Amino acid sequence: MDLDSNNIVEAKAIVKQVSSPEGTLTILADVNLSIKQGESLAVIGVSGSGKSTLLGLLAGLDTPTSGKVILNGTILNDLDEDGRAQIRNQSVGFVFQSFHLLPGLTALENTALPLELAGSDQADEIARQRLADVGLSERIHHYPNQLSGGEQQRVALARAFACNPKILFADEPTGNLDQKTAQLIIDMIFKMNKDNGTTLVMVTHDDALASLCDRNVVMTGGKITKDI
Amino acid sequence: MNTLKFAFNGLKRDWYSGELRLIGISILIAVACLSSVSFFTDRVKRGTQKQATELLAADLVLISSKKIQTKYIDAGTSAALIISLSESFRSVVLKNDKLELAEVKAVDSSYPIRGHLRTSDNLFGEEQVNDSIPSRGSAWVDSRLLQALQVDIGQSISLGASELIVEKILTYEPDRGGDLFNIAPRLMMNRADLDKTKLVLPGSRIQYRLLLGGKSERIDAYREQINVEDNDHLSVQGIKDARPEIKSALERAEQFLGLAALVSIALAGLAVAMSAQRFAIRHYDNCAIMRCLGLKQGQITQIYFFQLMLLSLICSFIGCMLGFFAQEVLNQTLIGMTQQPLPDPSWSPVLSGLFAGLITVIAFALPQLVHLREVSPLRVLRKDLSPVPLNNYAIYALAIITLVLLSPWQSGNVNLTLYTVAGLFLTAIALALSAKMMIKLLKKLQPKLKMAARHGLANVTRRSDQSIMQIIGIGIGVTVMLLLTLVRTDLLEGWQNRLPNDAPNYFLINIQPEQVSGIKAQLSASLGTNIELHPMVRGRLIKINDNIINPNDYKDPRANRLAAREFNLSYADEIQIENRLVAGKWWYLDDDSKNYFSVEEGIAKTLGISIGDQLTYSIAGKDILGEVINLRWVEWDSFNVNFFVVSNTAALDSYPSTFISSLFIPESKRSMLIDLVKQYPSITVFDIDAILTQVRIIMNQVIRTVEFVFIFTVLTGIAVLFAALQSTHDERSHESALMSALGANRKQIVSGLVAEFMFLGGITGLLSAIAASVIEMALAEYVFKMDIIIDPLIWLIAPLACCLIIVSTGLFGTRKVLASSPMLMLRKV
Repeated sequence: MDLDSNNIVEAKAIVKQVSSPEGTLTILADVNLSIKQGESLAVIGVSGSGKSTLLGLLAGLDTPTSGKVILNGTILNDLDEDGRAQIRNQSVGFVFQSFHLLPGLTALENTALPLELAGSDQADEIARQRLADVGLSERIHHYPNQLSGGEQQRVALARAFACNPKILFADEPTGNLDQKTAQLIIDMIFKMNKDNGTTLVMVTHDDALASLCDRNVVMTGGKITKDI
Repeated sequence: MNTLKFAFNGLKRDWYSGELRLIGISILIAVACLSSVSFFTDRVKRGTQKQATELLAADLVLISSKKIQTKYIDAGTSAALIISLSESFRSVVLKNDKLELAEVKAVDSSYPIRGHLRTSDNLFGEEQVNDSIPSRGSAWVDSRLLQALQVDIGQSISLGASELIVEKILTYEPDRGGDLFNIAPRLMMNRADLDKTKLVLPGSRIQYRLLLGGKSERIDAYREQINVEDNDHLSVQGIKDARPEIKSALERAEQFLGLAALVSIALAGLAVAMSAQRFAIRHYDNCAIMRCLGLKQGQITQIYFFQLMLLSLICSFIGCMLGFFAQEVLNQTLIGMTQQPLPDPSWSPVLSGLFAGLITVIAFALPQLVHLREVSPLRVLRKDLSPVPLNNYAIYALAIITLVLLSPWQSGNVNLTLYTVAGLFLTAIALALSAKMMIKLLKKLQPKLKMAARHGLANVTRRSDQSIMQIIGIGIGVTVMLLLTLVRTDLLEGWQNRLPNDAPNYFLINIQPEQVSGIKAQLSASLGTNIELHPMVRGRLIKINDNIINPNDYKDPRANRLAAREFNLSYADEIQIENRLVAGKWWYLDDDSKNYFSVEEGIAKTLGISIGDQLTYSIAGKDILGEVINLRWVEWDSFNVNFFVVSNTAALDSYPSTFISSLFIPESKRSMLIDLVKQYPSITVFDIDAILTQVRIIMNQVIRTVEFVFIFTVLTGIAVLFAALQSTHDERSHESALMSALGANRKQIVSGLVAEFMFLGGITGLLSAIAASVIEMALAEYVFKMDIIIDPLIWLIAPLACCLIIVSTGLFGTRKVLASSPMLMLRKV
């Protein structure tokens, strides 16, 4: 594979098209992107520019119509769905705008879930540590509906870092939070990122948040128009 | 990852949160129903097997309406078999001014060859096994006869021309025949006393029995040796033929109960399918998150498969336990039918219950839950991404196929099963189409209604698919219950009500020819009316034209029975009042040149008899040939004496006969019967009122049994209702919360919900009432062949009852929504 060994993820000429009543819709058109290990990258653009679609492809949640995505040295196109799931479990962490915690699990159980999926014997202990890292030691047995938005996002952060991922994908992580809580979360994301040496790829509308990243990529109409 | 542990934890969580509860409860109800039926039928089968020989009181029995020929007795003796002879007949027993029709059995000292008699020395006292028989000059009577005659042990009773001392109370005889319709109480006497009673006369209706016992190979050899075909009046019963009337009735009951249980499973399956669909939809997000975090598709399949299997096993096991307790209720209800205490059940119904639970879950729930493997992990970013839903028709087709495959195992009869499944299917289709039409019509009504009603109706019409599913589910259960109630009313009350007040209430039989004029005169003088006595000659149909009658040639069970039995023939100069010619002509009084037969149209059709056919009857060892000259319609419900086959007088008046009559005797004149029976001890008096009462009791027992099983049907129908309400629960919660946020008060929100549920209940009840009425009319026309009057009141009561059920169930299901703050509900959804 033609991979720059410093790049943790690469997108080569990826196109994403979907069918619609009006005909074929091109969401992404010939996107090329390389992200280095340890880099923090913000993907910004208006609604409908293809930011979340690009994020999904880079994370292996979806496959491109054409082109190639290479994540941590593996060409994702060559894998089936289970193969991509395994890569996600081993190498990827996620933080979402809507938190996406499992409502039937406690904070501890949500955090331990990726560790259990990986077959870890120490899922419980590691999860407790991660929750302590985000300051939720006292709330480990609470369910998501008993936590505030900020607390839920902190649990999501703890879950995202549970398996020591190589790359963290964050989709509008502060979109549902008030300013003060959002700042707290952002500080945590960047701190944990630095402490773990994780690559960060974040989709955001927030210019201030984007400016905290090493690199900004601007998307317009399914294409990368700026890379700064 | 330990998927089993994950599945188990997931099962606990989803159960406590209520997600899986309805699936579990539906399985529980279905398995409880099925296993209660299985436990009961298992006990009956084991009881029947255990008592096989005891039921005959021998290893082989020859039964005849004529005295057993010596050759059969000699053959038995030669084969070194134990021999016993007995006679059974009905006769009136007298004690002072009390008379009672009893079943009399005269036995010899070898009786019973198998099993034991049991007697008691006190009424309802301790019973003992008794290896003897009534001594000469005495009788053993059962408790019913003892009480009816108000006689004590040691006192005498009159039987025919003799007096017998009541020696013991007969509590059990192994080959007690006719239990299912056991109307008459019992008397056992010594065979040596039979002649003294003067009840055994030419033409008397007596059942003669030759009981044989011995090693099975000797019995088999004996059976092969005797050539029963030569004797027209003999039937042979072995162990396998023991108590056919009970065996047949219980087999039919077993089939029916099995089918009724199947209806419960079908409805439970519907509830499971609807709940599983909701469960799956609500788990899309969870599955997407887990896939995102690295769970593989195969692991998702495993997790939900394990969850369902665990749920099915646990709920099926609890269902089996409930079924075990419930079958005891069924046993008590049917105790009169079986007449014997049943042995404990085996464990096999538990296995069949567990199996049924598994099948229900696999057919109705598993496809939808396993489909969760298709949830894309991209759903975490795009909530609009849902897996392509399973084709509903495919789901329900699989469910129907499973039911059809399951049902012969359950009912044992493929045809009956197919008719039932087809009937259910057609009823469901009819309900669905009618509901759809009705909802469309009601939609036009919407703008004219006030706010709450308009809002309620709008919810029904907007969610028309779910509304139709609700109507089908609860509608099938209600239709079945209504049908049962209507048919019972038709059969019992309608039949009874059609009889005029002076319809005959007594039958007199076994009147000898020389007694006719005397009895006729006595009755006419006492009652002040002319009493008709009809001659009766017993004969067996042996040929139609040149074709020898073989019962096995008739596949129809009724035709088979008619071809095998003896006929009660009669002769007359004129056609009876309740009869009407439908084809042919009546014979001329002066035409004695030929023998003519008049045949009832129903039996003619059953046996394939037409006008012009030559019928040959065997009567008292002689063959008589006659031409069918007409076909008759008979008013059987009049309770007057009527005959399937009547001849002209010249054909049969020279044959041995007895006479029979039916008459109305008012309460005030019933004492004349005692004088009549004293004067003519050989005649038998049937009290029809008592018979009707007994038949009504038995029918009520059977109907109560059916109602017992259909309680489960209603329960599963309610489960379907819950499932259907749940499927729209989130929508309803969101709407209620939104309305509250917009300013609607609790009363207004509840009014809207009540209106919605009332529309659903009203539609369900009305359509079910119509469906039940249509099926009732079809049954009356084609099965029961009776006229009925449809009671329109049912079309009012059923919708009201359904409204009540659905409103109360619906409000119960939405109580949390009403109690929660709108903010909380809007956030949740």
